[in-house]
Amino acid sequence: MSMSLTELWTILGCGLVTILSRALPFVFVKSLTMPAWLINFLSFVPITIMTALCCQSLFIANPGHLATLNLANCLAAIPATLAGVLTKSLLMVVVVGIMAMAVLRYFSIG
Amino acid sequence: MGPSLTFRAGVHDVLPTVFGYIGVGLAFGIVAHTSHLSLLVVAGLSFIVYAGSAQFIITSMLLLHDPLSAIFISTFLVNSRMILMSTSLAQYFRHESLTRNLLIGSLVTDETFALAMNKQNKTNGKLSFAWQSAANIVAYLVWGIATLVGAVLGGLISNPERFGFDFALTAMFIGLVYLQLISDRHLGLSLQLMVMLFVALVYYFMIGIMSQNFALLVATVAGCLFGMEMKKCR
Repeated sequence: MSMSLTELWTILGCGLVTILSRALPFVFVKSLTMPAWLINFLSFVPITIMTALCCQSLFIANPGHLATLNLANCLAAIPATLAGVLTKSLLMVVVVGIMAMAVLRYFSIG
Repeated sequence: MGPSLTFRAGVHDVLPTVFGYIGVGLAFGIVAHTSHLSLLVVAGLSFIVYAGSAQFIITSMLLLHDPLSAIFISTFLVNSRMILMSTSLAQYFRHESLTRNLLIGSLVTDETFALAMNKQNKTNGKLSFAWQSAANIVAYLVWGIATLVGAVLGGLISNPERFGFDFALTAMFIGLVYLQLISDRHLGLSLQLMVMLFVALVYYFMIGIMSQNFALLVATVAGCLFGMEMKKCR
């Protein structure tokens, strides 16, 4: 149980950076009137950011070259997506996804 | 997920995402343990910084003795997507007090944001302070506790990936993006599919030439602009 001074400053500094990124937009949005184009722009944020977050797990970056597929994640994504289509339940997507990945790892696939 | 916006409904709705937090939280704890961070530092990172992927980056930078300024800048870059998410989410809470806005804002994550966007599809575009706080607080506590448990267990479990838990987070985003796709009637299915394809293409080409986090940001912004143009054409 110990913490160096560098670790303490890292935690406090990064904590400040993070909370400002999160909370300041709430202050601005509350006090300013948003122009129509910005509201239009923001209406696409949910679908785009979630798609990009998915892509982060499905692609492997090869700096300087084209990306390749993360085969294990892509394979496990198939039953997970099917579970979503069939049940429309987030819980089922997660449970089926974990099970699929465990099976893939058991047979050392991907 | 139903239309109810009570605190209790929030706790109920956030439960499926908890698996993602537990999986990644345990992984972070184990990584932190192997990087020789004490439990106190793990707790500090999880409860004060509270920034998922940024915590992994901070840990590796601490291990490499990178300068504080570099650590702060990396944290800002990794978290800059939060500015987009918070600006989006804040529109639902403009009528609430500043204090309540700050309380919600300080605990927004990728997951609770995505969950809220799914939720408002079911409530005619409404969200409540009670519902959002419930989701935020459960996520916050589960994350913090999972990372601490991971740090304690770190010495015992050598290969947590064997059980597939690391896929929980990816599965959760797949589930959230699918539910968003089928329930956002405002944008509609075909427009969203085009935007998704565009984002995937941009991300695919960008990760070869820039960091993953920057590519994520570029793909997100480009996707929003593309969507706005496509909407005009309809």
